[in-house]
Amino acid sequence: MDTHRRGSTVKNILLYLLLLVFLTPFLMIIMNSFKTTQQFVENPLSFPESLRFENYVSAYHNMDFLNSFLNSMIITVVAVLLILFFSAMTGYLFVRFKWKLNSIIFFAMLASMALPFQVIMIPLVMLYGNMDLLDMKTTLFFMYLGFGVPFGVFTFHGFIKGVPFELEESAFIEGSSRLRTFFQIVLPLLKPVFVTLMVLDVLWIWNDYLLPSLVLLSPSQKTLPLSTYNFFSSYAVDFAPLMAGLIMTIIPVLILYLFLQKHIIKGITEGALK
Amino acid sequence: MIKKNFLRNTGTFLVFGGPSIFAFIAVIVIPFFVGLYLTFTSWDVRTADTAYIGLANYIEVFQDKVFLGQLWFTLKYVFFTVLIANGFAFFIALLLTSGGRGEQWLRTGFFTPNLIGGIVLGYLWQTLFSQVLPYMGQKYGWSLFQTSWLTSTNTAFWALVIATAWQLIGYLMIIYIAGFSGVPTDVLEAASIDGASRTATIQKVVLPLTIPAIVICVFISLSRSFLTYDINLALTKGGPFASTELATYHIVQKAFLSNQYGVGQAEAVVLFAVVAIIALTQSYLLKRLEVES
Repeated sequence: MDTHRRGSTVKNILLYLLLLVFLTPFLMIIMNSFKTTQQFVENPLSFPESLRFENYVSAYHNMDFLNSFLNSMIITVVAVLLILFFSAMTGYLFVRFKWKLNSIIFFAMLASMALPFQVIMIPLVMLYGNMDLLDMKTTLFFMYLGFGVPFGVFTFHGFIKGVPFELEESAFIEGSSRLRTFFQIVLPLLKPVFVTLMVLDVLWIWNDYLLPSLVLLSPSQKTLPLSTYNFFSSYAVDFAPLMAGLIMTIIPVLILYLFLQKHIIKGITEGALK
Repeated sequence: MIKKNFLRNTGTFLVFGGPSIFAFIAVIVIPFFVGLYLTFTSWDVRTADTAYIGLANYIEVFQDKVFLGQLWFTLKYVFFTVLIANGFAFFIALLLTSGGRGEQWLRTGFFTPNLIGGIVLGYLWQTLFSQVLPYMGQKYGWSLFQTSWLTSTNTAFWALVIATAWQLIGYLMIIYIAGFSGVPTDVLEAASIDGASRTATIQKVVLPLTIPAIVICVFISLSRSFLTYDINLALTKGGPFASTELATYHIVQKAFLSNQYGVGQAEAVVLFAVVAIIALTQSYLLKRLEVES
């Protein structure tokens, strides 16, 4: 017993050391974001002499942080809500109505999940560009809905299959409509799936670069990843504020993660093993 | 009566499926078919010419030595990223499944690189590779790090692999942990009663029983690394001298910067075919190793 315990302590120490090495890139950036660029270039391994927040202030202004943060926030929240809501409804439709058309569309959605974004990217931008729909958040919401729906419907479909129909039947007998039954009886049961899907979609949309970079063209529309890119390509030598900028873009998701870590880890497990 | 039913069903279909199916068709289905069609035309934004030219674009893709070179570069990159990310993830997951104290924290910690997007991640590693590591190399005389890894093709390649693997490890680790917890404890006990060593247990018991998790992890890492764009953009920007352009990066350049939409789209279709063949082959081969517990 004792040797077992000692073995696991050694293993834990080893694991914490491994984690420390694994997270060194973060620690390096945090430490150096408080120095001047000159101090950083002279010795990136030294501890900062004092906490200089000037870097953060200058990154905040140069990245137009508040505006791009809000853009990212609006896009993520609206797109994720749309995906969750409409996927749940369509998942329900496909489980409860076994029409030929439904199974064809469901199959097409499954197949589309294997399609890489690159195959769609060029015609997508061209078609929406021809209709003058680029550079609008609404277009981006709609596109995220389209890209998010297949996996969303698939996930809800799998879960709703397990919901006993008897629950709904009694509601129908009492004269409840389809829509009302869905909202009052089925929807509340889907809460765990909502959380799982929300986590996966938030991580995807918040961090997405390629699609917004093709759709959102004017500077005022930029999301956080887009403005980080702009900031870096135009100030490429002033490292200290750049590192502060990186930390500032990481912090919002980190906060979310600390609150939701259990759900995030569960969401990934379930999302992958479905 | 039948007509009334039909109307009601149409209503149900539109209310429950309308918005999502419409978006799915408008964003995925139509662009996919339009895209396929475009690969058979001489489509160029500048001339707005869309004449049918048959397979000419595909022939151009297969004759384009630059693109073939980049495809090969991408395949190498994917191979090493998948191998390294899965190896580490499997190993860390193995150490993190005994149910000991603190494991929750360790899992949380190892997952963090996955929270940050490719752009931020790329710049983070760019700072390390271009400033911190060369400093250490010069100070301690480590020849490996004396010059920035991003200035030569070969080392920039490894920089890309390391940065991508770093991000993927935590994600894959979580799936492996879930896979290990699906291994029945009585099988493990039986192995330990029979006196199997730890290595033998892992090799003969754990590994065959976690094949489904391995298939998923290899698939996820394959498709993610084939699509790498933002890490490439932020870390190397394709440099030095356009020698580290991964396939996606190249396609975006071709289509949106040099306006060769038809060829770019044909390249995307070729890339898709390559990804599909590799993904299907790996899951077929791995599935054959699967056993029932």
